[in-house]
Amino acid sequence: MKSVEQKVLALNGDEAVAYAVKQCDVDVVAAYPITPQTIIVERFSEYVANGEVETAFVCTESEHSALTACLAASLTGARAFTASASAGLALMHEMLFVTSGCRAPVVMAIANRALSAPINIHGDQSDTMAQRDSGWIQIYAENAQEVYDSVIQAFRIAEHPEVLLPAMVCLDGFQLSHSVENVNVLPDDVVKKFVGVRQFPKVLTHEGKLAPLRLDPHNPMTLGPLAFPNYYFEFKRQQEEAMKKALEVIRQVHNEYAEISGRSYGDGLLDPYHLEDAEIATVCLGSTAGTVKAVVDELRSEGVKAGLLRIRAFRPLPVEGIRKALENVKAVAVMDRSMSFGGHGGAVFHEVRHALYDSDKRPFIVNYIYGLGGRDTSPMQIRAIYKDLQEIVQKGHVETPIKYVGLRE
Amino acid sequence: MQSEEWKFTAKDIAEKPDLFMSGHRACAGCAPAAVMRLILKATRGPTIVTMATGCMEVVSTIYPYTSWAVPWLHTAFENAAANASGIEAAIKVLRKKGRIKDEHVDVIAIAGDGGTYDIGIQALSGAVERGHDFLFVLYDNEAYMNTGIQRSGGTPLGASTTTSPAGEVIPGKLEPKKPIADIMVAHEIPYVATASPYYWRDLIIKVRKGLEVEGPAFLHVFAPCPRGWRSDPSKSIELSRLAVETCVFPLWECINGEYQLSAPSKVIAMAPQKKKPVKEYLAVQGRFRHLFTPKYEKLIDEIQRITDMRWQKLLKKCGIA
Amino acid sequence: MTLKEKEKSWKEISIAAVCWKPSTEFLTGDWKTYKPVRDPAKCTRCLLCVIFCPDGAIHWKADRNDIEFDYNYCKGCGVCANECPVKAIEMKLE
Repeated sequence: MKSVEQKVLALNGDEAVAYAVKQCDVDVVAAYPITPQTIIVERFSEYVANGEVETAFVCTESEHSALTACLAASLTGARAFTASASAGLALMHEMLFVTSGCRAPVVMAIANRALSAPINIHGDQSDTMAQRDSGWIQIYAENAQEVYDSVIQAFRIAEHPEVLLPAMVCLDGFQLSHSVENVNVLPDDVVKKFVGVRQFPKVLTHEGKLAPLRLDPHNPMTLGPLAFPNYYFEFKRQQEEAMKKALEVIRQVHNEYAEISGRSYGDGLLDPYHLEDAEIATVCLGSTAGTVKAVVDELRSEGVKAGLLRIRAFRPLPVEGIRKALENVKAVAVMDRSMSFGGHGGAVFHEVRHALYDSDKRPFIVNYIYGLGGRDTSPMQIRAIYKDLQEIVQKGHVETPIKYVGLRE
Repeated sequence: MQSEEWKFTAKDIAEKPDLFMSGHRACAGCAPAAVMRLILKATRGPTIVTMATGCMEVVSTIYPYTSWAVPWLHTAFENAAANASGIEAAIKVLRKKGRIKDEHVDVIAIAGDGGTYDIGIQALSGAVERGHDFLFVLYDNEAYMNTGIQRSGGTPLGASTTTSPAGEVIPGKLEPKKPIADIMVAHEIPYVATASPYYWRDLIIKVRKGLEVEGPAFLHVFAPCPRGWRSDPSKSIELSRLAVETCVFPLWECINGEYQLSAPSKVIAMAPQKKKPVKEYLAVQGRFRHLFTPKYEKLIDEIQRITDMRWQKLLKKCGIA
Repeated sequence: MTLKEKEKSWKEISIAAVCWKPSTEFLTGDWKTYKPVRDPAKCTRCLLCVIFCPDGAIHWKADRNDIEFDYNYCKGCGVCANECPVKAIEMKLE
């Protein structure tokens, strides 16, 4: 692929987010600081203070107000961005649903962090997993480079006329947010051209005419009404349709971006690694996939047919893709960096099993809960998972469907 | 302020088309609905209204119907002021970037006492601290009316609500009304005022002043609810006059930190014999009915005492001994 | 609440629940029990009733130089009758 010339900067995940936002002609950033996202808002406020961006930077008094202000700004016609983590995202919970219900293409970066109690500032994915029903697109990045690329793509995906859903780009707290990597950045004008100017769908207003969906005194409309039982359901179905369309849009935008940058992540939805002939495989989201890839390389060199499926887009869930990628594998270990208490395994485990349920071929699928509260997962521990999978294949049955990596039992 | 030069007659107001349209589902005799109409009579150009969840939001935007002839946004209960912050920030930056042509767009956030005193106070305090250019109007019917008349921080002492009912041992709400407008004055914003729909001219001028001010403005409007107050629907506007005449709800402005009494309250300050006893005000509302029994009648004295104390404090602030 | 046959499907309606009918298409006049009747002889056209009506159901007709009650929206609350300084309005049982 012939791609555009890029410069390499040493950026951590948070800085990569801020840099991407700087280039995307964002109109309003309303945010509240929370570890480990603080560098995003701090860096961005520096850009504002130095006049490097023409963005209204609003330091709201809470995350709930941050997302509210972004939503309201977005509905006024602005391109809006915010960032949060953990308790901050939890505080936004109500407004996440409102934002997707209003079809506002707000983009948010989440530096994944554990939820209290007890309070923990380190990385796990319980914060965003808990919001998977909220109607937001969710993309999980493996490294700072992908964070940068995904934030830029997120604006295009969210604002696409067939989607019009808010999108969150997730980066593991501290492991990605605070680790410095080499990040290739595109030139400003290339990014600006890629994200373009916001377009607005036409809606029917009470004046009996079609007008762009935005708060505009020249075309007054009422947004956020009360919808009784005889009306509410249809809007939710519309949102689901947008999620369906998002599968293709995420792929399209990813491919268009790949042409320009020279970088791709699988097909944009799923990033398989050595899966074509894999007999055993793990499924993983986020930065740990990087460690898994290194272990897979090792195992392959030892002649083990190991593979990895990294899920990049968790919402919408690429059900078909997951099924195709895994149905020929004999045993699959789904790694969950969050828990669903009382739910017999984590969210990703449930959803991967769901994707495989209708297949004729039924690989063994087991669950590994790992990395909660920022606990590190070593290559040795990942090797042990693959060893378990080999045993399962050999024995022909599963003894313990749910295990905990690195837990003191 | 330009509003000082704005001369208008009742006819002018009557002739201005209603931007809050008929056909809304408010109760008969709803003063907040009358207040909505009056607020929109005071607009001066392109205006965006954003509201908190509450009676007025619900009755006026039942999909697919809307009573609002202006761009209007509702998102949640506690965040009218945060909505306004986002709208105002967006307009400013979009104008800078040449994507909006209007020289000025007025942003009005409207919320009930629920969305202001209690759940809404954080967003309100934050928005005014950040200095956004908007007007926040509180329509105060003194309880969470939309969800069934539950008590709020704005419910006055002794009022019976569904979560502070007057019972065998407790005479309604035990806490006095939170002095929300004084709290807003303490934020040192350029304009804070109180208004009452009976004094419609005063209300309209105050809305206009709030819009004209650069920066945050807060207007506390008294809005009787016949359903929640168990009062006669035909008397809602009269009650809003009685509240001023008893000094339960005095009318004043605080412009850049300087308090001044508005004419209807100044009249009473100058001629204290015109001040009516609170008993007259309480007697016509069912929510205070229990105060007219031997068991709880002492509370009327307490209400009178608090009313007088707050009135004296206000007079002092206005430089009237 | 039952779904009428003529309600639109999710494919036909605009997204984001944007309201598409003005409330003026919803007539609240049948709410009233009492109806305000004005004596035009007593009326001084002070327009307080027009200003105070919570439903905007009383209009000043400049072309006719007179006040008109719109009973399509009037809920019969009686505020107009109560506030009229000359008691020109009487609430009569419908």
